[in-house]
Amino acid sequence: MTIGLVFLSVLMAVIVWWLFRQTIDVQPWQAQVTGPALGADAPTPPPAKMALWVFLVVATSLFVLFVSAYAMRLGLADWSPLPRPRLLMLNTALLVAASLAMQWTVHAARRADRDRVRKGLGASGLLTLGFLAGQLIVWRQLNEAGYFVASSAAASFFYLLTAVHGLHVLGGLVAWVRASARAWRGSDPARTRLSMELCATYWHYLLAVWVGLYAVLVSNDLGLAICSSTPL
Amino acid sequence: MATYVAHEESEFAPPAEVGEPELYHPKTFIGKYIWSQDAKVIAIQYAVTAIAIGLVALVFSWLMRLQLGFPGRVGFITPSTYLQMVSMHGMIMVIYLLTALFLGGFGNYLIPLMVGARDMVFPYVNMVSYWMYLLAVLLLVASFFVPGGASGAGWTLYPPQAILDGTPGSYLGIILLLVSLAVFVIGFTMGGLNYVVTVLQARTRGMTMMRLPLTVWGIFMATILALLAFPALFVSAIMMALDLTLGTSFFMPALVSKGQQVSHSGGNPLLFQHLFWFFGHPEVYIVALPAFGIVSDLISTHARKNIFGYRMMVWAILIIGGLSFVVWAHHMFVSGMNPYFGFFFATTTLIIAVPTAIKVYNWVLTLWRGNIHLTVPMLFAIAFIFTFVNGGLTGLFLGNVVVDMPLSDTMFVVAHFHMVMGIAPVLVVFGAIYHWYPKITGRMLDDTLGKIHFWITFIGTYAIFYPMHYLGFMGIPRRYYAIGGTNFIPDSAHLLNAWISIAAFVVGAVQMVFLYNLVASYFRGKPAGDNPWNATTLEWQTAHTPPRHGNFGKELPIVYRWAYDYGVPGLKTDFIPQNVPPAEVPAEAWVKAAQPAGA
Repeated sequence: MTIGLVFLSVLMAVIVWWLFRQTIDVQPWQAQVTGPALGADAPTPPPAKMALWVFLVVATSLFVLFVSAYAMRLGLADWSPLPRPRLLMLNTALLVAASLAMQWTVHAARRADRDRVRKGLGASGLLTLGFLAGQLIVWRQLNEAGYFVASSAAASFFYLLTAVHGLHVLGGLVAWVRASARAWRGSDPARTRLSMELCATYWHYLLAVWVGLYAVLVSNDLGLAICSSTPL
Repeated sequence: MATYVAHEESEFAPPAEVGEPELYHPKTFIGKYIWSQDAKVIAIQYAVTAIAIGLVALVFSWLMRLQLGFPGRVGFITPSTYLQMVSMHGMIMVIYLLTALFLGGFGNYLIPLMVGARDMVFPYVNMVSYWMYLLAVLLLVASFFVPGGASGAGWTLYPPQAILDGTPGSYLGIILLLVSLAVFVIGFTMGGLNYVVTVLQARTRGMTMMRLPLTVWGIFMATILALLAFPALFVSAIMMALDLTLGTSFFMPALVSKGQQVSHSGGNPLLFQHLFWFFGHPEVYIVALPAFGIVSDLISTHARKNIFGYRMMVWAILIIGGLSFVVWAHHMFVSGMNPYFGFFFATTTLIIAVPTAIKVYNWVLTLWRGNIHLTVPMLFAIAFIFTFVNGGLTGLFLGNVVVDMPLSDTMFVVAHFHMVMGIAPVLVVFGAIYHWYPKITGRMLDDTLGKIHFWITFIGTYAIFYPMHYLGFMGIPRRYYAIGGTNFIPDSAHLLNAWISIAAFVVGAVQMVFLYNLVASYFRGKPAGDNPWNATTLEWQTAHTPPRHGNFGKELPIVYRWAYDYGVPGLKTDFIPQNVPPAEVPAEAWVKAAQPAGA
């Protein structure tokens, strides 16, 4: 559960810092200016962006809990590791490329370059679908090698974690479909830009989560390091 | 830095952070009341659904008490049905009633009105959130009727017994329950995103975070806790469902069940307990923090005095929320954990008493020398303080490992958590309903019926749960269908059990008076006017009562002051609403020489 506590501590630090800024030098019971710093602040992000960030924190909580469960199980004596499918490297590369393509699309959207937005969206969508297909192939390879969902704890966790991440990717693809529809209809460039930015944030997050999961799935040492409190 | 006193109106109220959203305009009856995107209607949908399923759980508690008080007199209560009722009572009350009512009900109604917004920032998502919740409730109810019935594993659903043959509802019942919980979590996440973003971004001009009423603070922090803690429930529900359906061994160890070796091996039941309580403990505060916030506002309004230590109250909410994530294993002292971990979790548990005590002192100090009006909401608020302190004190007992060991799984624990997270928040729910009903319907609830409801509920719950502590000391275990002729249990314990049951029937019955009051007052209640309690917060300053779609009239209110300008020193009037500009507090309203600069 160490990773869970680290996540919570970071989050608490952010919240405490934020609340500290709200309260310092503010005496709400006095008819008083609401703190000179607040007025000069950078403009707040649009609600959709804020909501996405909050959602990503929730998703992080979910993945952190899955990984801590995995790490706790890893510490038990009867753990027998899975073979490491090589294809995962290619899949990772695909997801990195998808994330880069999304970033490129955002730049295009900022310049209101409709053509490139469409190209970028198409490319990132295809790459992401490629990632999902690759993951399915990995599942089949493992299956053919005799590792079923219930055959060992390592297999169970491998299928579980990749499935949850896959669902997370699918959720992103739903948003991608809506963003693409918007881009092809050629709606207001500001709206398009916002939805591209949201997609890009989501894709970078997808990638970050995958890299984290990939690391703990292939390296038992890393998993064990996360789980320093085995006897809990 | 010296305190800078504002003079210009724009200095009191800097510009709003976000422009006004486009409102959804319903055209048909169905669009307005069924598939509604108006947070107020969604709030009422949430509240009605939660109370309806809560009544089911109340009936379960009656039947349980019937069995405990008068064992074997009622034929249809078998050991299996008894366990199922215990499990469903707990599950419904904690998650489907209290969480949904505080966050979905009060959150939806009060957040937009109190922060001065027209609606939640994502009304459509908000609507979907309610329908997911309704689906979760229906799935739960459906689990009563599948072969094998609802799960009887206790609300904690500990594996391996929860999914082993022999526990009631160990296949279909628990699958439906797990799916229902997952749906609930997804639906709640949708609502929760809304509450958080609305509080952060849709506040009206001048409504800084430090001018928010504590109700909003309580609901806001509870939502953040829930957003972080519910994933743990989600994870454990999914992994348990996989153990059950696909035969994985996340939680299931190798064991022999009914003479048969099960196909699982190597799973870790303690892992489930860690995940479950990582959700389960913050859940206590998900229920308690909104209650803390609401009770602060009730006390301040009905004692006509500003809340004592506003900033400290906000910080206490935050600290309680933070600490609630690092105490979970105090539910697992008897699980054979490393004693050093027990020591760590006992310490963090006891530390929570500090911010909690700060809050209790602040409530009492708010009452001190206030102009206390013993209205029904105020009675409930004061009763909450008593009850919460009582329940909190037994929490200190159970937070200590050595005291917890012998008391674990006895009636003492039942008495403790009912006082602290059952009765105390429910008293606040009642107080809040008596307080805000006039705004929701435009009519007052009947005062006499309210007082009857209050006194019987308050005294009655003590009649139920005080003696239960003694039963726990005697060692009477919880969750047992019947105690039987055990030597260490004296006859007086059976007598006490019968007494508790009778008290429980009376308290349950008096809730019908409350329901009658809710319905009858809707038609025949005294018209309330816009602001019957002379309160300062924005929801009482709307142009219409009940507030119409869009909450406020053409113009959103502008906020010039905090929510607690009751009995301002030097001011002859009793209160100043948040949206009254300093210039409109007339000079003659001030006692000479007390008038502040700029007014």
